[in-house]
Amino acid sequence: MASITLDKVGKIYAGGTRAVGDVSIDIADGEFIVLVGPSGCGKSTLLRMVAGLEAISEGTVRIGNRVVNDIEPADRDIAMVFQNYALYPHMSVRQNLAYGLKNRRTPRAEIERRVAQAAAILQIGPFLDRKPRALSGGQRQRVAMGRAIVREPAAFLFDEPLSNLDAKLRVTMRLEIKELQRRLRTTSIYVTHDQLEAMTLADRLVVLNAGRIEQIGTPLEVYRKPASTFVAGFIGSPAMNLISSRAVPHLPAAAQAGTIGIRPEDLSVAPDGPLEMEVLAVEELGAQRLVHGQTGGERLTVAMPSDAPLSDTLRLTYRPGSLHLFHPETGRRID
Amino acid sequence: MKRTLFRNQWLPWLLLAPQLAITFVFFLWPAAQAVRQSFLRQDAFGINTSFVGLANFRALWNSPEYLNSLQVTAVFAVLVTVLSMGLSLLLAVALDRMIRSASLYTTLLVWPYAVAPAVAGILWWFIFNPTIGIMPYVLEGIGYDWNHISSKSDALILVVIASAWKQISYNFLFFVAGLQSIPASLREAAAIDGAGPVRRFFDITLPLLSPTTFFLLVVNIVYAMFDTFAVIDATTEGGPAQATNILVYKVYFDGFVGQNLGSSAAQSVILMGIVIALTAIQFRYVEKKVAY
Amino acid sequence: MIENRPGLTLLAHLTLMAGVVIVALPVWVAFVASTHTATDFMSGTIPLWPGPHLVENYARMLDTGVSTSGTPPVGTMMLNSLVMALLIACGKIAISITSAFAIVYFRFPLRTLAFWCIFITLMLPVEVRIVPTFQVVADLGMLNSYAGLTIPLIASATATFLFRQVFLTIPDELTEAARIDGAGPMKFFRDILLPLSRTNIAALFVILFIYGWNQYLWPLLITTSSDYYTIVAGIKRMADAVDGLPQWHLVMATAMLAMLPPVAVVIGMQRLFVKGLVETEK
Repeated sequence: MASITLDKVGKIYAGGTRAVGDVSIDIADGEFIVLVGPSGCGKSTLLRMVAGLEAISEGTVRIGNRVVNDIEPADRDIAMVFQNYALYPHMSVRQNLAYGLKNRRTPRAEIERRVAQAAAILQIGPFLDRKPRALSGGQRQRVAMGRAIVREPAAFLFDEPLSNLDAKLRVTMRLEIKELQRRLRTTSIYVTHDQLEAMTLADRLVVLNAGRIEQIGTPLEVYRKPASTFVAGFIGSPAMNLISSRAVPHLPAAAQAGTIGIRPEDLSVAPDGPLEMEVLAVEELGAQRLVHGQTGGERLTVAMPSDAPLSDTLRLTYRPGSLHLFHPETGRRID
Repeated sequence: MKRTLFRNQWLPWLLLAPQLAITFVFFLWPAAQAVRQSFLRQDAFGINTSFVGLANFRALWNSPEYLNSLQVTAVFAVLVTVLSMGLSLLLAVALDRMIRSASLYTTLLVWPYAVAPAVAGILWWFIFNPTIGIMPYVLEGIGYDWNHISSKSDALILVVIASAWKQISYNFLFFVAGLQSIPASLREAAAIDGAGPVRRFFDITLPLLSPTTFFLLVVNIVYAMFDTFAVIDATTEGGPAQATNILVYKVYFDGFVGQNLGSSAAQSVILMGIVIALTAIQFRYVEKKVAY
Repeated sequence: MIENRPGLTLLAHLTLMAGVVIVALPVWVAFVASTHTATDFMSGTIPLWPGPHLVENYARMLDTGVSTSGTPPVGTMMLNSLVMALLIACGKIAISITSAFAIVYFRFPLRTLAFWCIFITLMLPVEVRIVPTFQVVADLGMLNSYAGLTIPLIASATATFLFRQVFLTIPDELTEAARIDGAGPMKFFRDILLPLSRTNIAALFVILFIYGWNQYLWPLLITTSSDYYTIVAGIKRMADAVDGLPQWHLVMATAMLAMLPPVAVVIGMQRLFVKGLVETEK
C-alpha cells in the first residue's frame, strides 16, 4: 500500500510531439483514481509512465516515498491489468498467476497460498488448470485481475480493462472491481474513455484533454461543477447542452457574453418557460425520453419523463441555479 | 514495430553474432571474392594473377559457349515454368471442385516436393534410358527414336520434365491456397450474372489469382535457374554438345573442372546480378499481393 | 460449388487421377526396378510389376552398398544425411530465432545494417558463389567434416523473416505483462516467445529438414572422403559407377531409400509442412 505522487509529469516523444504535459496528481493511499478522457488525450501514456512501460520525459513519479523514474516496471511494486488481458496463452491460469511470483523467487508454498486466495476471491478456482483460450471473456478478465492481486502490490494499474467485454458483462465486472478495491484497499489508477465507468468507480476523477488535466475532483464535484466546457460536455449522459448565452433570454448581466451549460435533466416543459424549442427528433429510453430540437439556432436536448406531453414546439424552463457559465474564449468556468 | 523494447546494448549483438558471423564468412566474403576475381586473370600455372579489368566479362560476351548457355537457360527456365505451372493450375482448379476427396488428392500430389532434385533427375533418367527405359519403348511404338545421350533436344526435354515434375507439388499448393482465398461470393455473383464455369474461370478466377501466379512465376524462374543444378548434374552433365549447360552448371564446371577462375567468377557476378534483380521484383510486387 | 454439373466433376476427378499417375509414375518405376535382379533388365525393357527381390536388394544396399562404386553402404550415407539434415534444420532455426528476437525486440546502433546483412543472403544462393565459398571452407580446414557440410548453409534470411513476422504478431501487452512480472529479455524469450512460436518452429523444421536432406552440390564438393558421403550426393557417384554395368536395380533401391525419409515427413506431417511452406514465402 502506498500513495502515488505525480509531479509536473510530461511526455515528449522522439519526434518532438508532446503527449502529456504538466500533470500533477496526489493520490492517497487506498484511493481509487480514474483517468478519463477521449482517445488520444494521453491517459494511457500517463498510466504507462507510472507503470514504467514508458519513459518519463519530465517531472517525477513517486510511489510511496520512492522516486521511480528510473526503476524497472518489475521493481516498482505495481500490478497492471491490460485491456486485452495479456494472459500468457500457453500457460494455465495457475501458471499465469504464479509467473510473476516465481520470477521474484517467492517460496513455493507462499505462491500456492496466494494463488488459492486470489482464486477464492475471484471465484476462478475451477479454472485454475485451464488455458486462457478455454475461458470466457469475463473469466479471462478475472484471471487478469487475479494476476494483479497475487502480487499484493502497492498499486493496481488498470488500462481500460473492461472495454473488450460486452455491455452487460461490463456493468457486472465494473461492480466487481469496485467491491474488490473496497475490500483490498489497494491504491488504484484506472484508465477509461467511458465517463459512466469513470463516474461509478472513482473516488476521484482526473479528466484529461489533449495531454493536460482539465479537472480533478470527486464524481459529484466534477458533475456538478465542471471546470470547463470540455468537462461539461464529456461528463454526464446525455451530454450537457452548451449554447450561446444569446439564445437564453433574461440572463443576469454577468452572463450575457459567454457559453451557457444546461444539463438535459435540468430542463423541463413549462407553458410559460423562457425558451421555445422546435422539436426535431425524439428518443424513447423507457424510463425517460430524450427530445432533441433547436432554439435560437442552437441544438438542445431535453430529458423528460416518458409520460410528458409532446408537441412540435415546446416551451421550456430550467431549474433555478442549474445554469453553468463558461468563459467564451477559454471555456473555463465562471462562478 | 514494437512498442515495448528491451534496453540492452550488447545483448542484441550477442544474439545476432552467429547469424552475422556465418553470413560474413560464408556469404559476403566469398561474394566479394567472386567480384574481385572477376577482374583478375591467372596464368596457366596459377602462379601469377593480373588485373584485367572487364576482360573476363568481355570474353564471356564474345564466347559462343556462354551465349549458348544464356539461351539454353532462358529456354529451359521458360519451359520448366510453363509446364510445371500449367499442370499445377489445372490440378488445383480440378481440386477446387472437390469437397470430400480434396485432402486425399492433396496428399497424393504434394509429396514430390520432398524428392531431391538429384533423385528426381535419376528417376527420369532411368525412365528415359534408351536401352531399358519404358518411355523410349513407348515412343518407339509411335515411331520416335528417343536418345537423350546423342540428341540435344531429347536431353533438354528430359531435364525439363524432371525439373518440372519436382516443382508441381509446390505450385499446386500455392494455387490451391490462392483459389481458396477467392471469396465464393464473387463466383456466385458471376454465376447469377449468367457466366458459365469456363467464363467464370477466365473472368473471375484467373484475374483474382494473378498475384499468386505472378509470385509463382518469379519463384519458378529462380528455381529453374538455380535449384536445378542437381538435376543437370545427375543426368546430362550439361551435354550433349552443351545442349543443357545452364548458367549455374557452367559456373561450376568452368570453376571446378575447367579451373578457369576468372571466367567462373565473372559468371558468378552476372548470376548474382540476376538473383538480385529477381529478388527485387519479387519483393516489390509480392508486397502488392496484399492489395487483393 | 455453385451449380451441380456431374460432367465437370467427373472431368475434375479424371484430371486429378491423371495428375496422381504422372506424379507417381517415376517412383513406381523405380520401386519396381528395385525389386528385381540385374538379369531381369537384360530382356530389353524393365518389368512393370514388382519382383521378389525387394528385401534382398534393400538389405544389400543398406548393409554393404556397391563396393565397385567407391561409395559406402547406404546405411552409412543415410546416417550422414540424417546428421546433416538435423544439424542444418536445428542450426538455421537456432540462429534465425535469436536474430529475429534481436531485431524485433531491441533498438541498437547499426540495427538496419545488420538487418540488410541478413537480407542479402537471400540474393546469394550457394550455386552462384560456389568457387570462392569452397575456397573459404577449404582454407578453414572444414572439408570432410559435419561442420563444413552444415555451417555454411545455416545462415537464413527466410527463417529470420518468418520469426520476425511471428514475433510482430505477438501483442505488446504480453511483453509488458512479462516485464511487470519481472522477466528480463532472455527469460521472456525462453518463457514466452519460444513456447508461443512452437508450431512455427515445428513447421519450419519440416521444411528445413527436407532442405538439408536434399542438399546435393554442397556435399558433393565438400566431401571427398566416403565417410562423409550423403545419400543424395552419393547416389550420383553410384549411378556414374554402375553406368557401364547394368545395376539399375541397386541404384533404384538407393533412390527409394533417399526419398523415403523426406517423403515420409511430408506425408506424416502434411499440415505442418503446408504451413511451413506457405509461411516461409510470406
